[in-house]
Amino acid sequence: MKLKNQEVSLDTLDWQILQAIQKNSKQTYSEVGRQLGVAHSTVYDRIRKMEKNGVIKKWTVDIDLEKIGINYITARMTVYTDPKESENVANKLSEAKEVLEVSMSLSEELLIIAKVLARNQDELHSFIAKKVAPLQGVLRIRTSIVTKKIKEERFLIEKK
Amino acid sequence: MTPSSSARILRTLSRKNAFYFFTSVGNYTGQRAMSLEEFANKIREVKIASLEFHLYRGDFEKWTDEVLEDNILTERISAVKLLEPVGNTLRDQLYFTVSKRLEELKSTE
Repeated sequence: MKLKNQEVSLDTLDWQILQAIQKNSKQTYSEVGRQLGVAHSTVYDRIRKMEKNGVIKKWTVDIDLEKIGINYITARMTVYTDPKESENVANKLSEAKEVLEVSMSLSEELLIIAKVLARNQDELHSFIAKKVAPLQGVLRIRTSIVTKKIKEERFLIEKK
Repeated sequence: MTPSSSARILRTLSRKNAFYFFTSVGNYTGQRAMSLEEFANKIREVKIASLEFHLYRGDFEKWTDEVLEDNILTERISAVKLLEPVGNTLRDQLYFTVSKRLEELKSTE
């Protein structure tokens, strides 16, 4: 049994299954099996195995919030931190429901970059002023509100 | 104004209740005030853009009213806002207003 953080080796069929379900995760095991010329039970077994070893982290859905009347703004927030506190700041940000992504970057300074979602600018500012600025180790914050999204696509793995 | 109410207004606040200076939505300058005295000093230090941003959003009044619970200072800041000052005039008027109030409170403490 491999641990979750260890690299997992996949064979050609595993890669093909991943590619198929990335395009449409709603299709049945039989449909995937038909495309790849294998039995649905094989697809089931491979998927179960990839769930167990953490290759497939979760099954989710991409909802168009505007279609259901939820208007929101997205912002990219760059948080400059004291290096001693950066891990803690990143963890606290990860816990906030307003924050969708958190990454760390080292250029000239240690930065935390987060994607933040809010209903409007007031809500965005209130979150940053009340929940982010007071965190121990936060030195300053730069925020850019996304005004137009040109492309948004998840990485699709290539067939090996 | 009783000594205890002056002391309450002049107290040192927690990080959560401090005033954080921004220059625009989400852009934190790194400057914060954890007491009224520190707030007065920061008015002289922070960028004018930050003072303009907060004054016209009503952030200063909100903080003096809800956190410091100083109605008198809140009213005086509202009066400054009505004059619609900008630039260094804003900085000077705001600093004069806050530092004068600070002196009053210290004298009754």
